[in-house]
Amino acid sequence: MAKHIQTIVKANLSETVKTGGCGECQSSCQSACKTSCTVGNQVCVK
Amino acid sequence: MLNLDNYKIAKNVHAYHQGDINVAYDINSGSLHVLDDLTFAILQIMKKLQSNGKVLKVQEIFSLLQGEGQNCSEEELREVLGEFGELQKEGILFSPEAEEWNPVYPERPIIKSICLHVAHDCNLRCKYCFAGTGAFGGDRGLMNIETGKKGIDFVLDASAHRKHCEVDFFGGEPLLNFQVVLELVHYGRQAAAERGKTIKFTLTTNAVLLTEEVQNFLEQEDISVVLSIDGRPEVQDQMRPYANGKGSYDQVVPRIQQFAAKRPESSPHAVGTYYYARGTYTHFNLDFDKDVDHLLELGIKQISLEPVVAKPDESYAFQKADLPKILKSYDRLGEDLLARKMKGEEFSFFHFNVALEQGPCLPKRISGCGAGHEYVAISPEGDLYPCHQFVGQEEFKMGSLWDEPIELNPHLIQAFRNAHIYKKASCRDCWARYSCSGGCHAANHAFSGKLDEVYTLGCEFQRKRLEVALYLQIKEKSLNSSYEKDSATK
Repeated sequence: MAKHIQTIVKANLSETVKTGGCGECQSSCQSACKTSCTVGNQVCVK
Repeated sequence: MLNLDNYKIAKNVHAYHQGDINVAYDINSGSLHVLDDLTFAILQIMKKLQSNGKVLKVQEIFSLLQGEGQNCSEEELREVLGEFGELQKEGILFSPEAEEWNPVYPERPIIKSICLHVAHDCNLRCKYCFAGTGAFGGDRGLMNIETGKKGIDFVLDASAHRKHCEVDFFGGEPLLNFQVVLELVHYGRQAAAERGKTIKFTLTTNAVLLTEEVQNFLEQEDISVVLSIDGRPEVQDQMRPYANGKGSYDQVVPRIQQFAAKRPESSPHAVGTYYYARGTYTHFNLDFDKDVDHLLELGIKQISLEPVVAKPDESYAFQKADLPKILKSYDRLGEDLLARKMKGEEFSFFHFNVALEQGPCLPKRISGCGAGHEYVAISPEGDLYPCHQFVGQEEFKMGSLWDEPIELNPHLIQAFRNAHIYKKASCRDCWARYSCSGGCHAANHAFSGKLDEVYTLGCEFQRKRLEVALYLQIKEKSLNSSYEKDSATK
């Protein structure tokens, strides 16, 4: 068990270069003045 | 063993202090860690040494630690470095830079989402309106049903094999053309079903005309709704008045409250049928955390508050001295929302909802949106633009629904396809690149005149919001785990 560092989330975003890009997710809008959400807020629909 | 040869720590690990913890965000994996003070100090020293072009050596790090007054032994330093090495081996800290995603697009763009400007008119005169108070610099007018149907046919065709399409009703104020909205929803559902597709409808409104009849319709038809409201009465009334100058707060708030009460289960990630209140803060309310507070007290639980994008000579535009105050407001907002969560309140502040474990894939993250090649806006006349913010700007007109066939301007398609983070000098090394995703094209262009040069103030806001968002994720997880521990021991 690590003494100095506590890992809260383990993720593998860079792996999704191989598995991602299907394009099915909701259209995002970075200024959120339209009705969708920003990239940072949304979830993958797969 | 830790190996940082040719590895740029500053580009790939973001470490910062927020509230009472030290956070380390590993950008390429998306992993998140809490560091003790010693580890944080070591990481900062390592970054500093790298920025000075120095090779990282244990003795040099130790010497600098002592110079800073850190009370630790060399053994402890090696312990930390050992933990760094273990996490690097796991691929969750100092993880390799993600391979640059090279988007390969179909020759013909797949447009799966449209924004229908059903009204170029408005019953308010919001001071910051990017739409020129509704008419986008043109004549005030409403979209007729024929144009609307053609828009829906367009997205159903242009979406090719994509089953899920999106249609947003926008304006101006779309409820000024409610009958057309109503007909288009029915038409759209039928037309989509005939093609084996589905349409998700959403509607943005200032709520002035959000009567019970309209609310019932939106509910029955599962239409997601964005409700424009800025917060406290004095803020709302100053920036969102009627044409006669009278404030709109007293009329719109009860309507928004009534509608919000119909959807208590709205998704924090805008999935399914949701609502959210979307406000704008300006130079006049830098303490916008109080506006979020106010909306929560009104029972409005899904909130998004955005900084205004404005020409610098506007009275409501941000000034240089505003930035530190804005950043402090995000800090205060984070603590306020955390305190509410600890009391068991349920709500959602959009920018703090970072989906760390189910978020979009990296290919999605290289651009903030699909404006201009996956998404277009359609004016009442049937003209096509990259998004709602570009409507009325002639140089961005992409085509028309009345062209036969409808062919979008290929130069504009290419320009928007190219406006991703790998083509933006400011974004390539930015730690927030996979969440900010290069920002908003319209804001960038309005600020710099180019799609590949970013709106720098927007960058500051994005980074701050993400820092607070990650901090809150950590705090909420530890809150949940202590709750589970308590429940288990009862």
